[in-house]
Amino acid sequence: MNSVIGKAYAKGWGLPLQGSDVAVMWDGLYWFLYGLSIFFFVLVVGGMIYFAFAYRHKEGRKTKYIADHHTLEAIWTVIPTILLLVIFGWGWSVYKAMVHAPSDAMEVRVIGKQWSWTFQYEDGRTETSKLVVPLGKPVKLVMSSQDVLHSFFIPNFRVKQDVVPGMYTSVWFEAKVPGEHQVFCTEYCGTTHSGMLATVEVLEPAQYELWKAGKPYQLTGVKTPSHDLLVAGQVSARLANANLPLPEQGAKLVQAKGCVACHSADGTAKIGPSFKGIFGHEVELVDGSKVTVDENYIRESIAKPQAKVVKGFNPVMPPYTKEMIGEEDLNAIVAYIKSLK
Amino acid sequence: MAHTEHAHGDNYLNHEKGIWSWMTTVDHKRIGLMYLAAVLFFFLIGGIFALIIRLNLMKAGAPVVDANTYNKLMTYHGAIMVFLVIIPAIPASIGNFVLPMMLGAKDVAFPKLNLASYYIYLLGALFACLALFLGGADTGWTFYTPYSIRTSGAVIMVIFGAFIAGFSSILTGLNFIVSIQKLRAPGLTWNRLPLMLWALYATSVIQVLATPVLAITLVLLIFERTFQIGIFDPALGGDPVLFQHFFWFYSHPAVYIMILPAMGVISEIIPVFSRKPIFGYRAIALASFGIALVAFIVWGHHLFVSGQSELANFIFSLLTMFVAVPTGVKVFSWVGTMYKGSIRFNAPMLYAMGFLELFTIGGVTGVFLATLAIDVHLTDTYFVIAHFHYVMVGGTIMGFVGGMHYWFPKATGRMYNERIAMWAFILIIIGFNLTFFPQFIAGSEGMPRRYWSQLPEFDLMNRLSTYGSWFLAAGFIVVAYNMIKSAKSGPISGPNPWRALTLEWQSPSPPPHDNFGPTAPTVTQWPYEYKGANV
Amino acid sequence: MSQYNEMNPAPHHYGHHFESAEHEFTTAKQGMWIFMVTEVLMIGAIFVGYLLMRGRYPEAFHAAHQVLNVKLGALNTIVLIVSSATMVLGVSAAQRGNNKRAINMLMATIACGAIFCVVKYFEYSHKFHEGIFPGGMYHYEGLTIPHVPLFFSFYFVMTGIHAFHVVVGMALIFWTITRIKRGQISKQFFTPVELVGFYWHFVDLVWIYLFPLLYLLG
Repeated sequence: MNSVIGKAYAKGWGLPLQGSDVAVMWDGLYWFLYGLSIFFFVLVVGGMIYFAFAYRHKEGRKTKYIADHHTLEAIWTVIPTILLLVIFGWGWSVYKAMVHAPSDAMEVRVIGKQWSWTFQYEDGRTETSKLVVPLGKPVKLVMSSQDVLHSFFIPNFRVKQDVVPGMYTSVWFEAKVPGEHQVFCTEYCGTTHSGMLATVEVLEPAQYELWKAGKPYQLTGVKTPSHDLLVAGQVSARLANANLPLPEQGAKLVQAKGCVACHSADGTAKIGPSFKGIFGHEVELVDGSKVTVDENYIRESIAKPQAKVVKGFNPVMPPYTKEMIGEEDLNAIVAYIKSLK
Repeated sequence: MAHTEHAHGDNYLNHEKGIWSWMTTVDHKRIGLMYLAAVLFFFLIGGIFALIIRLNLMKAGAPVVDANTYNKLMTYHGAIMVFLVIIPAIPASIGNFVLPMMLGAKDVAFPKLNLASYYIYLLGALFACLALFLGGADTGWTFYTPYSIRTSGAVIMVIFGAFIAGFSSILTGLNFIVSIQKLRAPGLTWNRLPLMLWALYATSVIQVLATPVLAITLVLLIFERTFQIGIFDPALGGDPVLFQHFFWFYSHPAVYIMILPAMGVISEIIPVFSRKPIFGYRAIALASFGIALVAFIVWGHHLFVSGQSELANFIFSLLTMFVAVPTGVKVFSWVGTMYKGSIRFNAPMLYAMGFLELFTIGGVTGVFLATLAIDVHLTDTYFVIAHFHYVMVGGTIMGFVGGMHYWFPKATGRMYNERIAMWAFILIIIGFNLTFFPQFIAGSEGMPRRYWSQLPEFDLMNRLSTYGSWFLAAGFIVVAYNMIKSAKSGPISGPNPWRALTLEWQSPSPPPHDNFGPTAPTVTQWPYEYKGANV
Repeated sequence: MSQYNEMNPAPHHYGHHFESAEHEFTTAKQGMWIFMVTEVLMIGAIFVGYLLMRGRYPEAFHAAHQVLNVKLGALNTIVLIVSSATMVLGVSAAQRGNNKRAINMLMATIACGAIFCVVKYFEYSHKFHEGIFPGGMYHYEGLTIPHVPLFFSFYFVMTGIHAFHVVVGMALIFWTITRIKRGQISKQFFTPVELVGFYWHFVDLVWIYLFPLLYLLG
């Protein structure tokens, strides 16, 4: 463990950035296996290609009648066995470090449900889709599902564990890199499995204190790899569709953003209310109050879907941040919903 | 008019004519061909679904289907390929054709049961396909609970189809075991059994012991959906992880049902085209059974992050490591067979070499996944998808296509076109690596599996993979074209164009209805005795 | 074919891929044994599931099993044991060429099977009347400890699948009787009777495990 502290946390080619010491340990084992694989690949496939060339059929060529060679066979049975035991042992020791949380780890509860992540902190506060943790302190996530199997995966920290209904599972990590780290759901859970994303925000100590106090804070450090791409992608998608009328751009966006998984355009109620005919009308909410569906209602329901849920529907819509649906996209979506009379 | 001249007049193809004679046949050779047609048909369907999946993933934010359709496509791609293609591919088609002939027998032990197995397979396939038109299933081919209990769609019908198809697998395995034990020709001792038969024997043992567990698991899942029995449903006190244990208790041995026959094919091809005995015959035969044994005690490596205990993880990881030993022994022995041979690069040999490249990569990446710590990050990502496609397609399908080319002259009496076969092989090997190697990289970077919509950071790997899928598809289309055209009008091959020494080559090509005529052949030597005049 | 019957059976032609009738017979027996092994695997899996759940909820399973009717279960056990005895007698009669006696014994076996099914019908319908159903449909007021329905899920699935196999067995025996009547069974060829006998003994054996496990041990 000690040899790992003080290492630079790099982004290796083909691996996510190393967000923790565990990630550095993990990468070491991975590259060892990679090197070993290349060695055996060269041995086997290189050998095969060499033999194919050196012993290709030639007129008059005689073959050697070799049916076995006990020493050679013993070697290629025993050596791989030893190597595999070494690999197992190394894997087991890294695994223990990955799953045994330090006793002083700070606990956060995680609730997985179709299709979002909710985080419940020790002080009672809950947040959706965003896990805020302090830099350099061990954090243990105690997780459970409200409905079906999910799995909580943070590539930068090399942690993953299924989130199971009816039992608690846990992961732990100590983040060494401040910034935004991607979270995926990695156990297929239905329609919007691929939309069940979240981020871990690792805050510098001072910023963390601000967050704890409920004050505005600053997130510095790394960004998720798709952070800028998503924003850029939005721009290029808009440019590609720029010649289309706004409602048609909106129609494309509700497809691309996954809204159609839950909202129909033809009046059928699915998991969410249909878009058809909803704009400009009054709807009743789950708490009995009434609200008119206007531009602001749509904006609010996209960013904070749990705020005003229509009666007869469940509060299951995941929130879409400004990065996921920017202002121009929002305008196009509103125009589209307006157009569905 | 050479193309009308069938070898030696009466053969199994013209013995009886008409579609009814095929539908009611108990001739293992005809049954093998009927299985081949069905397997290739479902390979086409499953392959088309794969192409759509790859098109959908080509660019983030530019899907070609909606999420629900995608989830059904990925479910069906898996279910069709696993249950209707890869498991029966070699045993039921090539195995049925070749096994009795390699034994010097006139048929399998239970010919009528063999035909019944075929119809059971078709019935299972029918239910699964019917389900697609009645709402399909979007559970993934692994049907994990509780999602598979709750989701709407024709889930019960798909599961029922898989359940029925499983009996085809069990009965074929039963037939093969008894055939090998009871129908060996005079002189065919265990020491002279061809490695293809050792492989099919080990495969059949797994089929017979593992598939019943899948059967009861699927039945229980059907009862969960209809009667809410609650065994796997946490809302009723049941355990969703228990489902995973039951499911993988079959499905892990199932992957060895898939690979062992392919290994058998490779063991036949390499000595023939190297004109040398197979290196390490005894070791390879033993390794087949070693693999079959270890196959049953490692299923928990699919559950490393499921919430199962640390002790279970320890045991399963350790045991999984051991499956690499007999596998490695086989790979080294195959390469060793080529040493000081006199190698010809006909299509079967090309596919055998392609198998060695692809299966080696598939095998070493299996070691990554067996390593506990490593699996935590890589499981449920595209790394796993790449691993199993390398072994299942790169392994089994290469063995299957190589075997099809190898036994093509035996079954048809004609030779396929070598040049076209070579080009198809090149397309396949390039296409395969381009499709699946980027998936190792994307998976290591964290790209999850079963995602309708992937993040833009994975775009490059996804695009490369999709391009690869087009080459791969093209390669298979060329193979199909070559097979179909050559079966109709290829040059006459003669009984044994490869000068191979296993019994099936001692009959005419195509063989007569009863394989060898009234008297069974006698075996006097080891089938890899490539010395002297046999070289 | 019509001149052949149980008193005048036809000569048997073994399959062209066998060397002799004996070869065909031993091969058929081997196939049947392997088939029995597959059934053992299937049953084994659900037994394992049962034992795991029983270990997890011992009080619920113990309380639930006391609701079962041990008397009827024991009666069914005796019925099946008797049926295995009649089956043995039927097979040995066929082996000796005594087709008339074979038919009688096989019919007695079917009768025992029918009694088994009738007793089972009474058992099940009484349970349904009380509201005892598998899993989610359970609504028996007399026993409401959590997880009791899980026991009944196993009870109905295991005894239900077993009963299904009894019915299949009865059909197979009936088919065998038909073959004897058509003159297809003789001292030279009685394989179908022997194999159906294996099957029936196996189904009986499974009940011998099920009864104590569910009714007595709980």
